Amino acid sequence: MDRRARISAILRRVAGKDGLPEADESLFESGFLDSFGLPDLVSALEKEFSLTIPDADLNPRKFESIEKIENYLDSRV
Amino acid sequence: MAFLKAFGSWLPERVVTSEEAASWVGTDAQWVKNVSGILERRFARDEESVADMAARAGADCLERAGALASQVKMLLVSSGSSERQFPGPAAAAAQKMGLSDIPAIDLPLASAGSLFALSLASRLAEQVGEILVIGAEKMSRLVAREPRERGVAVLFGDGAGACLVSPESGMCQVVDSQIASDGNFSDDLYADVDSPIRMNGRSVILQASRKIPGAIRILLERHGILPEQVSAFLMHQANQNLIVRIAEALGVPAERFYSNIDRYGNTSSASMLIAAAEWCREHTFEPGEPLVFAGFGAGFHWGALLARAV
Repeated sequence: MDRRARISAILRRVAGKDGLPEADESLFESGFLDSFGLPDLVSALEKEFSLTIPDADLNPRKFESIEKIENYLDSRV
Repeated sequence: MAFLKAFGSWLPERVVTSEEAASWVGTDAQWVKNVSGILERRFARDEESVADMAARAGADCLERAGALASQVKMLLVSSGSSERQFPGPAAAAAQKMGLSDIPAIDLPLASAGSLFALSLASRLAEQVGEILVIGAEKMSRLVAREPRERGVAVLFGDGAGACLVSPESGMCQVVDSQIASDGNFSDDLYADVDSPIRMNGRSVILQASRKIPGAIRILLERHGILPEQVSAFLMHQANQNLIVRIAEALGVPAERFYSNIDRYGNTSSASMLIAAAEWCREHTFEPGEPLVFAGFGAGFHWGALLARAV
């Protein structure tokens, strides 16, 4: 499974929804995820990609969309 | 370490329902309940100051402790909603309670202020003597400022809570505390002198969801206590959904976290002590049972305090 598919699977599981917003669309403004889904998303990303996201990186904007999540993961490589 | 001798509280009479609060921002009470668990909150009268509320909660605490004002050797008052830039409410509250010639110190920390004050008092009491800790907030003053944001204006209420910290005796003994601050997020929750409260709710929830359980875990691990062994978690009442999330993160039933947010809303730094006062009125302490206090707020400041019933 490629990285985009793994992120998509996490998002569907955390949000409990089937569809997905566009890759550059806000997960929050689109109503896909609420504020309380964000900590679950971060925890799931840590588990799936075997990384620890430091508190200093916990800026919601870094996880605003699928593309931004990918950018953040790129920055951690 | 010091003892927590008694708790006290004071809440204004006026009940503001979530129907009324929702009407300010074009939403409805069900939405308020869904996002926060709040059904109603209390608002003080215009003429009631933060110092008035602090003094009433302090007097209630001293009465429950069976203590005289003359026994108090230091007063710590936390508030993020003080009417004046300076002085803060501590000196006026001391005067209203008849506490004279003692240091009355302000901690202008919203939300986590009473936890920080309790932590400091528990470390200072042995040198100073009995210390009265008060958290008092008139959040209605800030909520009234325009423009009112839907996700902020409906959350807050007024009130005050207090705790008498003694070096000698009390209902429970402080074991340890863990407090910390991170100014990287100081723009994510603040109120300027005349501005409404500005809150990046996503950032607050994300940080609080990790930092509060993190502080509690560090504290409990230091003393070999598992979260499920803690009898009660007495936490800053920010949002019922956040309280449930923190309980889940620690793997304990949400019922173990005392909650009165449905009745009072978020009373910022007063909330933890109001919750503790109510919890103590409803429960009998079993000797040795661990209790955890926790808070998180603007700054960000956060932490936890561990106590054991005597």
